[in-house]
Amino acid sequence: MTTEAPIRVEDKLFQNRYLVDVGNAHIKVKPHTKPSPALLALLKVCPAHCYELNSNGQVEVTPDGCVECGTCRVIAEGNGDIEWNYPRGGYGVLFKFG
Amino acid sequence: MIEERFDAIVVGAGMAGNAAALTMAKRGMKVLQIERGEYPGSKNVQGAILYADMLEKLIPNFREDAPLERHLVEQRFWMMDERSHTGLHYRSDDFNEEKPNRYTIIRAQFDKWFSSQVQEAGAIVLCETTVKELVKDAYGKVIGVITDREGGEVHADVVVLAEGVNGLLGTKADLRERPSPDNVALAVKEMHFLPRETIEARFNLKGDEGVVIEAAGTISRGMTGMGFLYANKESVSIGIGCLVADFQKTGETPYDLLDRFKKHPSIAPLIEGSEVKEYAGHLIPEGGYKAIPQLFGDGWVVVGDAAQLNNALHREGSNLAMTSGRIAGEAIFQVKSRKDPMTKDNLALYKKMLDDSFVIKDLKKYKDMPDLMHIQSQNFFLTYPQLINKALQNFVRVDGTPKVEKEKVTIKSFVSARSWGGLFGDAFRFARAWR
Repeated sequence: MTTEAPIRVEDKLFQNRYLVDVGNAHIKVKPHTKPSPALLALLKVCPAHCYELNSNGQVEVTPDGCVECGTCRVIAEGNGDIEWNYPRGGYGVLFKFG
Repeated sequence: MIEERFDAIVVGAGMAGNAAALTMAKRGMKVLQIERGEYPGSKNVQGAILYADMLEKLIPNFREDAPLERHLVEQRFWMMDERSHTGLHYRSDDFNEEKPNRYTIIRAQFDKWFSSQVQEAGAIVLCETTVKELVKDAYGKVIGVITDREGGEVHADVVVLAEGVNGLLGTKADLRERPSPDNVALAVKEMHFLPRETIEARFNLKGDEGVVIEAAGTISRGMTGMGFLYANKESVSIGIGCLVADFQKTGETPYDLLDRFKKHPSIAPLIEGSEVKEYAGHLIPEGGYKAIPQLFGDGWVVVGDAAQLNNALHREGSNLAMTSGRIAGEAIFQVKSRKDPMTKDNLALYKKMLDDSFVIKDLKKYKDMPDLMHIQSQNFFLTYPQLINKALQNFVRVDGTPKVEKEKVTIKSFVSARSWGGLFGDAFRFARAWR
């Protein structure tokens, strides 16, 4: 069986244009000790891989590479796991082609 | 607060918002359109196919200067298993007509052009501005919006919510629910650049002819979903989308899914040697007729993706968006012309006009299709594609086996996978949902 190098989303996102609103994350994860199933799902489903586990096993978000699709909102905003807003006007992903 | 008062505020500059703003501005209404992107189009993602008929109703001579890619002369539907695809192709020289019916487009470029038409018609377009919430009066009527600009409250007689699939404002203002994971698909897409001649040779195209490939099968790994590949002038848009609920259930990752699709032996040669210049992700409304929320209320209407108006089976969304935006603009103008207030009762005219259009008629026709596809995703997206590809291979491979025995093998493979009852049941359910 051949093993392939895992897809690096960072390489894909590198092609994109962003204007990051430093210090104003538009998505926030509610502080928690043990992540809910919805939060854990975000580790995989987020197409920009913005969600990661920290060393304490909690889910963290770094929305710098966010493509603003809203998938995490649909999954995890309803039960209060995350807080989701659009970036401030002009900030965030700037699609060249869309 | 901005003192100036508008006849209408349109939130969002996508297909639906631009259609609404243009329709109202052309009729002399005072329109403010607010867009959070750097320019109209910079936040918008689509495959993308443009349907000429719906744009002609807004801009009859759009072909003169709109940034169009290729007009479509061929549609390929592929049913895929791991190494094969069974295709149904339709190609016709009839599509090489004076006024072609469908075009591939690149949204960021197209939307910028569309917006220039809106501005020419007299609407004020304010970019780099995010609307944070709706303003309601003491009776709950929407009277304006609050933006993230300083003193950014603006008032208008009516607010057209063309805010896209997420519909954040509508949810915050309790006008509708947040989309559920069962009713939206997540699609990821890449832009692959290749020399024009290479694209034309690989896809059998001349001049500005274009082709669409839509693919379903094992590529979605049992999830409800589809892959697509659209030929542009000097690029190929390639992507794949599946229901968010299915992603959640299976733990599949969207980028791995896209990369496996790109490596499929039927796809890989088409994009070989290309340069990838963008990666995008976007939600697509998939709930159909049953997922359409309340479309109007006191001081507001909702149009396009925010109203979940998307025909998942026919892969049509932007034309439903454009049409709902246009109809909303026409309805609002009628109410205003009669000097009536923008109340829920008066704005019901929008819903009535939309019901009479292809938008709601088409969605109604397929109202049971989303449920069938979602519940039976394993059968429709995994089992049947595998069986059909195996059957076709059995049919075309010449190996000395008598044809009678070959047929028996194929029939047996179907019956053992789904049973006679299952096969007839699936055929019946599919026919009923199509009807």
